[in-house]
Amino acid sequence: MPKQNSVSLPYSEVTPKAAYLSRRDLIKTAALPLAAFQAGAATKLSGYKKSGFSTSEKQTPYNAITTYNNYYEFGLDKDMPAVNARNFKTSPWTIRIDGEVAKEKTIDFDALMKLAPLEERVYRLRCVEGWSMVVPWIGFPLSALIKAAEPASKAKFVQFETYFDLKQMPEARYAGLPFPYIEALRMDEAMHPLTILSAGLYGETMPNQNGAPVRLVVPWKYGFKSVKSIARIRFTEKKPLTTWTIANPREYGFQANVNPEVDHPRWSQARERRIGEFGKRDTLKFNGYADQVASLYGGLDLRKNY
Amino acid sequence: MRRALNTGWAKAAAFAALSTPAVWMAWQGYRDELGPNPIEAITRGTGIWTLRVLLISLAITPARKLLGLPELIRFRRLAGLFAFFYATLHLFTYLWLDKFFAWPEIWQDVVKRRFITAGMLAFALLVPLAATSTAGWIRRLGGRRWQALHRLVYISAIAGVVHYLWLVKAGVIKPGIYAAALGVLMAWRALDWFRRRRA
Repeated sequence: MPKQNSVSLPYSEVTPKAAYLSRRDLIKTAALPLAAFQAGAATKLSGYKKSGFSTSEKQTPYNAITTYNNYYEFGLDKDMPAVNARNFKTSPWTIRIDGEVAKEKTIDFDALMKLAPLEERVYRLRCVEGWSMVVPWIGFPLSALIKAAEPASKAKFVQFETYFDLKQMPEARYAGLPFPYIEALRMDEAMHPLTILSAGLYGETMPNQNGAPVRLVVPWKYGFKSVKSIARIRFTEKKPLTTWTIANPREYGFQANVNPEVDHPRWSQARERRIGEFGKRDTLKFNGYADQVASLYGGLDLRKNY
Repeated sequence: MRRALNTGWAKAAAFAALSTPAVWMAWQGYRDELGPNPIEAITRGTGIWTLRVLLISLAITPARKLLGLPELIRFRRLAGLFAFFYATLHLFTYLWLDKFFAWPEIWQDVVKRRFITAGMLAFALLVPLAATSTAGWIRRLGGRRWQALHRLVYISAIAGVVHYLWLVKAGVIKPGIYAAALGVLMAWRALDWFRRRRA
């Protein structure tokens, strides 16, 4: 699909889809509650640049990306988040920045979106379960936020905490995971140009089930590292304990780099099923981003640091 | 009620009911309605229906005695064979659509991954039961020996539930429900056995 790159429109100026839909369809839908349109409605984004980091592989259809989700707070089955996250409240939204920083602060979503120009990054996404997608994310490098956060020299890790509210996420009770969901990166991984904060996909704001309003995307690691709906970013000196590692340390490590040579204890990671394809394809080391990231792991035994 | 259970119609209805999940999955597959990952949906669907039908077959004897409906025995073999049918579909989905018949890789899975080991065991134990399900085989083996052989279904069901418990990433509630159902059916058998021994 063609994208316009010429217009530069700040995120805050964009008319919400709910608003323009409701204006346009005012008469037709006068009898319906407005909430029906606001709930889960995406907003068109524009003014984002294309990125040289994008793959030209066939993009996974929007419908698959938004109905096949692992978002355990909204249910264990892949089709549940699309339904259960429909009324998830993502506005107003703030992110708490704390830990080893010059000054702890809270940044609201609009300010966050002004930190750097938006780019479209078409990335491969490889889930630890053995399937993959190609997703056209919209976002900006996480490094822009880290610079703005002014981490202290002691800060060695960046920890991400997902928003958690049992009232909005009653299904979380059955997930068998401790919430809020925590993930973390080493500082050099977090500063890597491939690592982005994403606020949308397919040219629209992020659907709730994909981690609205803003999520992490680390394309060379298994999907569970790329946390959704970020509420807090904490800079730490010590390596944080992350959610899946707490739940099952033998199966899910801190690194979680995509690696066909290191099996998950219960299944091989050598191949993957690209959503929409019948056969399986070979999984690539670092999910095909080895040229950009392999140097980060020079001295590391990837078999032990899975 | 008891007379109705003895008719051919009742058997046909049971056959139709037990085939419905397979027909429904095939229809959904044909209409491309199995979601973004249809192969996963088929793997899960055939697996879960194996367990359900196996539990139905194990519920028939307790139901006969508790409800006073000995006629229900007519449906036990049907249910058992349908459990075998879904198990076979499940196994072939794995062999073909997950592994594409890469036998060395499959063998690695069986020996290395305990949830696959449990699943294979559950299936393997059903094979002799399906093979000896006919009246001719009951005669050939003799009722007592035949019955002893068919007690393997208990081990198969346990292995099947364990297979499910071991494969989930987190959230053991759903496999837990199947484990609990099997536990109830097995507990009833244990109680029944004690009662008969004392009598």
